[in-house]
Amino acid sequence: MFRSTPIIRWRKYDERYSLVGAKCAKCGMLHYPRVALCACDSSKFSPHKFNGEGTLISFTDVGSGPEAFAEHSPYCLGIVQLSEGPKITTQLSDCKLEDLSIGMKVIATFRKFYTSGEKGAIHYGTKFTPKW
Amino acid sequence: MKIGVIGTGLTKFGEVWDKSLRELLAEAQLKSIEEAKLSPKDIEMIFTGNMCAGALSGQLHIGAMASENLNLNVPSTRVEGACASGALAIRAGLQAIESGSAKIVQVNGVEKMTDVSTDQVTTALMGAGDEEVEGFQGATFPALYALMARAYMKEFGLTREELAAVPVKSHKHGCMNPIAQYQKELSISDVINSSMVSDPLTLMDCSPITDGAASIILASESVAKKLNPDAVWIVGSGQASDTLSLSARDSLTEMKATRIAADSAFKQAGIAAKDVHLAEVHDCFSIAELLAIEGLGLAKKGEAGKHAAAGYHYFDSKMPINTCGGLKACGHPIGATGVKQAVEIVHQLQNRAGKRQVKKAETGVTQNVGGTGATVVVNVFKR
Repeated sequence: MFRSTPIIRWRKYDERYSLVGAKCAKCGMLHYPRVALCACDSSKFSPHKFNGEGTLISFTDVGSGPEAFAEHSPYCLGIVQLSEGPKITTQLSDCKLEDLSIGMKVIATFRKFYTSGEKGAIHYGTKFTPKW
Repeated sequence: MKIGVIGTGLTKFGEVWDKSLRELLAEAQLKSIEEAKLSPKDIEMIFTGNMCAGALSGQLHIGAMASENLNLNVPSTRVEGACASGALAIRAGLQAIESGSAKIVQVNGVEKMTDVSTDQVTTALMGAGDEEVEGFQGATFPALYALMARAYMKEFGLTREELAAVPVKSHKHGCMNPIAQYQKELSISDVINSSMVSDPLTLMDCSPITDGAASIILASESVAKKLNPDAVWIVGSGQASDTLSLSARDSLTEMKATRIAADSAFKQAGIAAKDVHLAEVHDCFSIAELLAIEGLGLAKKGEAGKHAAAGYHYFDSKMPINTCGGLKACGHPIGATGVKQAVEIVHQLQNRAGKRQVKKAETGVTQNVGGTGATVVVNVFKR
């Protein structure tokens, strides 16, 4: 299964671990994840590390997720608008569905995602958690 | 544009355990040819919509399978655009005829989904989203539509009861459609109290996992007039795209690609939203039906839920929607859905929809969505 191969995640480490996206060299627009072409049609970017602060704009829970996420089920999922602009689809950690509300402040946190089988690589990345 | 639909074919939709992917496809193909009173050798080109056969049946190369089923060597192509694969196949057929490459084209859609576990289907369907942005985060399609539903409820004050009116109506229609997967009525409380899938969407807000196939025969205007005095005409077709992931869009509460595709299809057909008598829309989840209705301009933004609750969308009411039972009750064999929507509109316009027949329908519309709105196709049909 594609999810069990480490390499498809490895090439995204800076994006996944450190919330690194891109800043357009021409208009300054920030992107997460990186894109090939900015809204201003420029394709020149420099890396930009986001500060991890954001606002929850919608949320739900996943009772029975894909096989790879079975050990985490049920888990909360949301869309976060970063204070610096872009929106991110993200798991929400350290909270229950009842704790969440649209408009609440959230912050990025480094977390385990899933393990590829008993001896496979452990995949990590960024989730968000309520800013209590 | 004026291209005739001169034949239709549908298999039973549901858990069709005794038929394989190939057998389902062949059954629908032979039915549409028989209805058009053609012989297989009259088919000049074939397009078949399919999304998941690679992941669920280990079978790609569906184009060659479809031509082999008819013992033909004609060009035959599989078309994939997630859940919009069926309507994309129709557009490929329309373009083949418009370009003059063919005069008679068969368009099919097929999906075989019940041979594997629900987990495997869920994972395969996530291929319709953005794997790196959404799949990696453990998103599922019910969850992505739940994100839209919650944002919509907050923005427009849609209630849980209003949203539940969508599947209640779909199941009522499904009871009148012999091929529908579910032919059982639901109440509002059945919907609200069914098991939670992704809050606020319950199991009864979600379309099921379905086997099935659908087929139509398209013909150029002159050929269609000769072959079938009762042909239904496709007079407008629009397709639009949006970002693969939901989070990259400006708004979670509208499907921009529906609006763009509808504008283009309606313009080509020379109609406005007020001219539409009935529509088959992509209700993969109850919230999607409301977004579709608003995207097509059949209700103002934020009002489709009120219309649903007021009963406007029943086959015998103001604005009939999903008279076949929709994806929810008729079933959602992914690649077949877009073609089945066309079959339902054709049957309605030919006055052969049985108990669910819409009176005096002249203009019908289909809206087929891939993913969370990344691909949308709108087609306009006239009697």
